[in-house]
Amino acid sequence: MLEKRRLQRRRVDMKTRLAPYLRRWETFLLALLVSVMAVNAIAAPGYLGLQNQSNLLELSLERAIVALAMAFVIISGEIDLSVASVMGLCAVIMGVLWQAGVPIELAVLAAILSGAACGLFNGFWVAVVGLPSLAVTLAGLIGFRGLAYFLVEGEFITGLPDSFKAFAQQDLIGPFPTTIFLYAILVVIAVVLLHRSGFGRYVYAVGNNKDAAIYSGVRVVRVKMAVFTMSGVVAALGGLIIASRFGAVRGGTAEGFELEIITMVLLGGVSIFGGSGTMIGVVLATLLVLNLRNGMDLATISGNTQLGVVGLLLIFSVLLPNLGTRLGDRRRARQARASQAGVAAAD
Amino acid sequence: MRSALFRHVRPEQVREITLFVIIVLALLFFATQVPGFLSGRTFTRVTTAIPITVVLGVGLTLVVLTRNIDLSIGATVAVVAYGVGTLLANDMGMSPWLVIGLSVAIGATLGVVNGLIVAYGGVPAIVATLGTMALFRSILVTVTDSRPVTTARLPEWIVDFNGVVLISLEDLDVRILPVIAFVVVIVFQLLLRYASFGRRLFAIGSNPAAAEVAGLPTKRDVFVTFVLCGALAGLGGFMYMARFGNIDTQSAIGLELTVVAAVVVGGVNIFGGSGSMIGVLLGATLITLVDQGLIRWAAISEFLRDALLGMLILLAIASDKVFLERLRIIWARALRAEESRAGEAAATAAAGGHED
Repeated sequence: MLEKRRLQRRRVDMKTRLAPYLRRWETFLLALLVSVMAVNAIAAPGYLGLQNQSNLLELSLERAIVALAMAFVIISGEIDLSVASVMGLCAVIMGVLWQAGVPIELAVLAAILSGAACGLFNGFWVAVVGLPSLAVTLAGLIGFRGLAYFLVEGEFITGLPDSFKAFAQQDLIGPFPTTIFLYAILVVIAVVLLHRSGFGRYVYAVGNNKDAAIYSGVRVVRVKMAVFTMSGVVAALGGLIIASRFGAVRGGTAEGFELEIITMVLLGGVSIFGGSGTMIGVVLATLLVLNLRNGMDLATISGNTQLGVVGLLLIFSVLLPNLGTRLGDRRRARQARASQAGVAAAD
Repeated sequence: MRSALFRHVRPEQVREITLFVIIVLALLFFATQVPGFLSGRTFTRVTTAIPITVVLGVGLTLVVLTRNIDLSIGATVAVVAYGVGTLLANDMGMSPWLVIGLSVAIGATLGVVNGLIVAYGGVPAIVATLGTMALFRSILVTVTDSRPVTTARLPEWIVDFNGVVLISLEDLDVRILPVIAFVVVIVFQLLLRYASFGRRLFAIGSNPAAAEVAGLPTKRDVFVTFVLCGALAGLGGFMYMARFGNIDTQSAIGLELTVVAAVVVGGVNIFGGSGSMIGVLLGATLITLVDQGLIRWAAISEFLRDALLGMLILLAIASDKVFLERLRIIWARALRAEESRAGEAAATAAAGGHED
């Protein structure tokens, strides 16, 4: 009898301890990812091979990297629609400088500094002047892309040096190119920065309640400037990776990538209103989107249909939990009414 | 005299007047820089380029006023232009009214999808419409096998539709599309100003929680704005088909950005609660005028257009923040001062009455 009760208690204990993890969005993403990978593996032999897994990550790496910085922006309660244009602009700046005879190392440095400048520019209008980031970065989306087209006037820049192309094209260890290790390092940095540093706490605080953050002594302007600058620098890095992979740049490099980047972040459970979300969720969502698209590639589904599926996923990632809570509320309300009626009858 | 000014002109109208002055200044500037700019041809070019942006902008403004956004309008235009274009190519005998009605109906249906997801599904508008933007276009690509609609396959009346001149004043030809757009602006401006539905949109956008507590049907109203926005995007799709004739699945990509730009430059607050259709008309006019001017201005590369458009958007929202807020404060202070003066006058009059 006593033994039985103890066992029961332990089971309840396990349940209560596991429950918060089971109810987490990240667990759901992980389950979804595993099932997508399982379906793909059954449908396409060789899918789970290191070569294919490395390939599917490699081909969208720039988006995965920029999503890491976008997570900071969205958690801080803002949005950066200009990332894809910054990617294009920085790649073009690198290409133009290289064509003008600047050594490639300096050209790369200049591109990254330009990314920082774009981020500071966005950050200034949002954080210091106090304009809505949606409108500011929309102006950036149009304007930075315009600058990119202006610099190359609709031409391609090709013939980038081999040392530069090797960065994204050559494998470092086994089937993995250098860029994958770069992504891994950036993921670790992003996790530590968001979840284990004071800066990360500030980002959440600013996104949760800006006024409360100000009164608590958080330097909101500085946090927002930092977040946008980070986004710009990482976007520049993303642009350089595309340039390295294709060995060429043009005005339209990375055009339209913002949709997929923002999708990765929101699907990862980051609230569009700021203040909540985890980096693990963003990484899982990134892997989910990439595996889904790779699976559809193998099933010869066109890129446009793939985008549609990603769009649908984005909508359902918010819609389903919403409907779930609403149904739960309704059930609880009904139960409350029923028990009230019971009490009334007993009286 | 001064108080009359404060009472009859609102700060938002000061902004609209400023925008109008800027348009005139831009026109004069390009006239000095581009030979033959002030001509009937420029008028035709600008008035042909504006209508689609304006009609879409009016629909988007309804949505933005309630603190939402619709990024799927470009995709809606493509779906409607392509879908109706294909139907027309297969059945040349369709009546013009049926074609327009069908365009609006398809657009409204897509708007219903957005409205359901946002208003009743509780999904933030930017998330929902970012998703449907990709979804609508991917459905279009998948269903159609990417076979383009060409002017050669369309009946003659639709190809000629864009060139129909309603009024001709010397060398200024007023075509039919700008007239449709103007009618849409007037109708919805009146709706916003005088209809209860229009007033509710401002209430919802200014403070959604308060609007809910006050008993306004916020969900239904937001749903209706999305349906109207979709319907107007459908009308825009018809105009797109009439203007360009050649439609493929990549048509109207990025059109939503131009429309958002026109709406923002036109003074509609991106966080809802303020804005007007007249402002949208002015915003679209300024953007198109600058665009057309820059194409023909020899001193500047044509490729700088978008960079300058970005600056224009930034300037518009920055000046809203800096000047419009200050104007509102001045207005509020002036009106309060006037009220207290009136109050004092009434008090002395009442006191005087007692002494008698």
